[in-house]
Amino acid sequence: MKVKELCEKLGWETVFGDGENEITGGIYCCDLLSIVMGRAPAGSLWITVMANVNAMAVATLADTACVVLAENMRMDEEAAAGAEKGNVTVLCSGKPVFETAAEAAKLLELI
Amino acid sequence: MTVNSLHYHYDVPGDDFTRAGVASGAVKQILKQLGLNPETVRKMSIALYEAEINMVIHGGGGVIDIDIDDDKIVALVSDQGPGIEDLDLAMQEGWSTASEQERNLGFGAGMGLPNMKKYSDELEINSEVGVGTSVKITVNIEKSGEQRD
Repeated sequence: MKVKELCEKLGWETVFGDGENEITGGIYCCDLLSIVMGRAPAGSLWITVMANVNAMAVATLADTACVVLAENMRMDEEAAAGAEKGNVTVLCSGKPVFETAAEAAKLLELI
Repeated sequence: MTVNSLHYHYDVPGDDFTRAGVASGAVKQILKQLGLNPETVRKMSIALYEAEINMVIHGGGGVIDIDIDDDKIVALVSDQGPGIEDLDLAMQEGWSTASEQERNLGFGAGMGLPNMKKYSDELEINSEVGVGTSVKITVNIEKSGEQRD
């Protein structure tokens, strides 16, 4: 499933990007960037509350399909510039990390 | 792909977290444009970002030199920072000397050096307290269709 299709079905907000990436690496939840860097699968739906420019760099370099900001977290200008530079699709969910992941997992038929 | 050794150089400023990753991002673009296997690109991108961010956080900035030839990519990341006192300890997952501010930004998981090791095919670290640290990351270029471990 493409990121934009999932986003539409779950009623999340697209903050940045076209959502054209396919989700091929499941779902990954974590906020510590080096752990994400080392363990998030390529093509994964990465859910975090870390909305800074470094998170955008990690998403770019680790090839996640997108970043989902849980808890309605918002990017600052630097992070938005980082998302644009790395062509990262950033979505926003108003729910906590677990609920955000659970509803995505259901839709992706992972659970 | 035929490449007769390409070389790139980057100066990385210290303590500027907003610019950390700029060099790694630029290198990733180059590797993608060369048409390298996506997993090869990903491995070097992750290992290099970890080295770059470590140099920004701990080393006061430094330089990155990239050499690409037909069968491998070599990144030499060097700083003139405080050095690493106990390299064996630093290689352990979870061990970190990152500050509170750095931890608030999502760093300090103690995975930097372990990630470099995990994603490189060869990793060489030379560090001297009070002199600096240099990290040499080698990633072999896998030809399309080649099996990975």
